[in-house]
Amino acid sequence: MEWVNALVQGLLLGGLYALLACGLSLVFGVMRTVNIAHGDLAVFAAFLGLVVVERTGLHPAVSIVAVVPVMAAAGYALQRGLLGPALARGEIAPLLVTFGLAVVLQNVLQELFSADTQSLDSGGFATASLRLTDQLAVGWLPLVTFAVGVGAVAAVQLVLSRTRLGRAMRATSDDPEAAGLMGIDNRHVYGIATAIALATVGLAGVFLGMRTQFSPTLGPLVLIFAFEAVIIGGLGSLWGTLAGGIVLGVAQTIGAQVQPAYGVLAGHLVFLVVLGLRPQGLFPRTVTT
Amino acid sequence: MTLLSMEGVDVHYGDFQALYGIDLRLDEGETLAVIGANGAGKSTLLKTIAGLLRPSRGTVCFAGQDVGPLPAHRRVALGVALTPEGRRVFPSLSVEENLLVGAHLARTGPWRLSTVYELFPLVGERRTAMGHHLSGGEQQAVAIGRSLMSNPRLLLLDEVSLGLAPVVVARLYAALPAIAASGTTVLIVEQDVNQALRVADRVQCLLEGRTVLAGAADAFTREQIAGAYFGV
Repeated sequence: MEWVNALVQGLLLGGLYALLACGLSLVFGVMRTVNIAHGDLAVFAAFLGLVVVERTGLHPAVSIVAVVPVMAAAGYALQRGLLGPALARGEIAPLLVTFGLAVVLQNVLQELFSADTQSLDSGGFATASLRLTDQLAVGWLPLVTFAVGVGAVAAVQLVLSRTRLGRAMRATSDDPEAAGLMGIDNRHVYGIATAIALATVGLAGVFLGMRTQFSPTLGPLVLIFAFEAVIIGGLGSLWGTLAGGIVLGVAQTIGAQVQPAYGVLAGHLVFLVVLGLRPQGLFPRTVTT
Repeated sequence: MTLLSMEGVDVHYGDFQALYGIDLRLDEGETLAVIGANGAGKSTLLKTIAGLLRPSRGTVCFAGQDVGPLPAHRRVALGVALTPEGRRVFPSLSVEENLLVGAHLARTGPWRLSTVYELFPLVGERRTAMGHHLSGGEQQAVAIGRSLMSNPRLLLLDEVSLGLAPVVVARLYAALPAIAASGTTVLIVEQDVNQALRVADRVQCLLEGRTVLAGAADAFTREQIAGAYFGV
């Protein structure tokens, strides 16, 4: 029964990883760049949630209504002001710029909040659970996190596949110059894509903060988990990212069931195995341009 | 009414000069063929009109407005559409999605999905196919249809016949009279001179970046055109 339990907990943990990875996957899918600051932006969002909670006394889950719009606006500004101009200078420049941004974010957070670990206290929500059988219970927080993760992936996928904006994003991803000949302003499209990505990062940061303790230096680890989820699932595929997050989550909890210290290691090993045997990931995009 | 006028346009790629003092005038509703050998500067000319390249000297005016500083996507809003060389159909989008991207700015006019499918029945049959699954002829029809979806005042066609079987080229060119009849001004760039002359009102021949011959399409003998084309 404890194995079933580990499996279920891993599945739910995978929802958090998918939520964390969703934005990374979208940015890569549309702009073909990897945002090294992705994890630090998630941690930044968690701190933003902390500020909102401390100033207003609201429940951390409610802080989303402030954190998500702020992150989305920051995403648009970041793309138009910093990443877009870098993108025009070749493939390596955005990578370096986001790396620099990661360093800056970590240090600014440390300056403002010290290196202490913090948490978003969600009261009874963090410990309340739903009893499925005598021996199996799932926490409400992981369950809601999972639902939000699946919902975010589904929503972004829906925007991409069904809307005029999503069509413009996919066209721009295929061929930016030809998209311009269709009247699409790719700088604006990239800005919106980054705004959507950082909106999901805002969600992810708040749920991360409710689930675990965080400190200004947690970002790189978050980036690695998100990156692994994206790679396992297949670059450029959002449903793949959801699957990748779940595979990573299950690997970690099963590993921890074997030996508590092995959790994270088991996740990395599964990532390496997938990279070795199926480098295109589980659900690669069918078209590569 | 003059729709497009270029005066003394020079275009450079870095140190290399591709166009030298090009003058060009196009009246609304007219069809102009720009012909010339490989490397004469035909595609450069179209890219300059569409806004993908900036002239280093001279002016480009569209509908009375100097469009020099406008990027390509802003010129589409004014009614300039380029069907680029090599088709550039979006490979991961379906045929119908490709056409809908063409209608991104939703200018009003006669062209919408149903009228494009009427013009190119083969495109309608393949509406759910992915861009990368299309044959060259299908891609070219989709690319032209996609440009029409923006309801352009000026349609720029770059090397429609390139790499296609003559029967396919003939079928594509058969659509041109209908496009011109809808009131769209057309500028065709072609290496296939006979094909271009058959549909054009006027012809302009480029040689090494300069205009060497310009006038009504039926005003010249084959020898005159061949001489201008090859520079002999």
